[in-house]
Amino acid sequence: MNLYAIWAIYRYEMARGLRTVTQTVVSPVLSTSLYFVVFGTAIGSRIQEVEGVSYGAFIVPGLIMLSVITQSISNASFGIYFPKFIGSIYEHLSAPASFLEITAGYVFAAATKSLAIGVIILITAFFFVDLDIQHPFWMALFLVLTCLSFSLMGFIVGIWATNFEQLQLVPLLLIQPLIFLGGTFYSISMLPPTWETVSLFNPVVYLVSGFRWSFYGMSDVALGWSLLAIFGFTALCLGIVWLIFRTGWRLRD
Amino acid sequence: MTAIVSVEKLTKQYDGGVHALKDVDLEIREGEILALLGPNGAGKTTLIECICGITSISSGHVRVGGHDNVTDYRAARSQIGLVPQEVNLEPFETVWNTVRFSRGLFGKSGGDDHLESVLKQLSLWDKKDSQTRALSGGMKRRVLIAKALSHEPKVLFLDEPTAGVDVGLRKEMWNTVADLRDHGVTVILTTHYIEEAEAMADRIGVISKGEIKLVRDKDALMSELGRKLFIIELAEPATQIPEALQPFDLALQADGAEMVYTYDTTGDGTGITRLMTALSGTGLKVRDVRTEQSSLEDIFVGLVEGEGRS
Repeated sequence: MNLYAIWAIYRYEMARGLRTVTQTVVSPVLSTSLYFVVFGTAIGSRIQEVEGVSYGAFIVPGLIMLSVITQSISNASFGIYFPKFIGSIYEHLSAPASFLEITAGYVFAAATKSLAIGVIILITAFFFVDLDIQHPFWMALFLVLTCLSFSLMGFIVGIWATNFEQLQLVPLLLIQPLIFLGGTFYSISMLPPTWETVSLFNPVVYLVSGFRWSFYGMSDVALGWSLLAIFGFTALCLGIVWLIFRTGWRLRD
Repeated sequence: MTAIVSVEKLTKQYDGGVHALKDVDLEIREGEILALLGPNGAGKTTLIECICGITSISSGHVRVGGHDNVTDYRAARSQIGLVPQEVNLEPFETVWNTVRFSRGLFGKSGGDDHLESVLKQLSLWDKKDSQTRALSGGMKRRVLIAKALSHEPKVLFLDEPTAGVDVGLRKEMWNTVADLRDHGVTVILTTHYIEEAEAMADRIGVISKGEIKLVRDKDALMSELGRKLFIIELAEPATQIPEALQPFDLALQADGAEMVYTYDTTGDGTGITRLMTALSGTGLKVRDVRTEQSSLEDIFVGLVEGEGRS
């Protein structure tokens, strides 16, 4: 096991994050704060409580998920795409490091960054709404697993992408709609029955639901399903990464 | 001498069907500088990439320090440093961070002393905190070398280290390579400049169309390839070679406007003085003279034909 390789990549990526701290941390925090102001305070005061929770507080878990998922994907995809783009990927390919080690370095770094953003947003939320975290352990677990699994997905996107446009494509066309329609700003039980059923095919629903449960003890789907969804998704991404390195797809001729 | 890298029956066929390497056999001796000489598209870079693990091998074996580079890739790769042809550095990273990153990636911790000595050896120490984008072209190439040397490899591959580099910088690079060899590093470099191979290498391998045509000690090869042309431009075209010049085996070209004398630079005498003396007796008026060295293309043609005959 080449632990030094993992550490080298991790440290390198974290240094990049610190160098571009405005882009990495400040901008997601600012945009989430804007959501709080608009939906939580301005509009939220005219919306009824959702199952006994004020709307402003209700959207907090969803907003954290929104940021954490998009940031995980963009951090990890950019992290591996950039060496591909400038050509320095040759070093990773010629290094005595396995796919697991290279992936771990990038994914841990991306997950750390998005986890930091998630925590900062959580802290920011305390300034806007009354929060109550009923199951802190589960909250932390959901948060960490979401960061890891979507960083893995971002890593795959970064390897798949052959230009900057493709790099934006997946977050924009796939992830964004899934997140917005995944119960971030509403409970899927508010939807007409047909759409509620359709929503159950959206994996993000399970994540947001489980995460919201850890705050307020209420969920759209059973906790078990949420856990299954997050573990299943992580396993799927790991499998794809393993295949990519095994076949050298988009990496080795 | 023992082989530090041995390539056996290495074949590389790309998905598109291009046969980039055909049954390549090559032994690289410890401590030597081997130049792989070949025109663009000969397979030089592919060969290096196959050895370093960047490109997958279609068939055959590569061993580095006795370790197979597929089944025992960690041991094999940790002995190799690679300097790619393109300068591809992360522009916003400092020299120190990028070099330290390379060392970690190759599985080595600490080693700040080693990195310091590498940077000093490559005259980069005072630039260690600069972002790589702020460096000159020559410095960027040296940073790539520093990265490749960061994990103390036994073998260093330099893929066209002087492509697109001006004359001064090229000389500097040659000195750098000589210095590395003096520090005990085995160096394999590719080039399509024959004078570069001549200046640096102990042995020269000629590669063309995915095949190694020959590998020979430089001195032996240079004398073989040392043919040069002495071209005499005449003021008025000649229809035939004057009697007095017959012993020189001249050829007419450009409709008789030029006479060509072929000589061997490595021989005892070139015969040019005798030729000029004889020329002045013929009454022919000379407008200009120039010399030409057989180009690499010519040499390849010569080599391939020579192989066909023998």
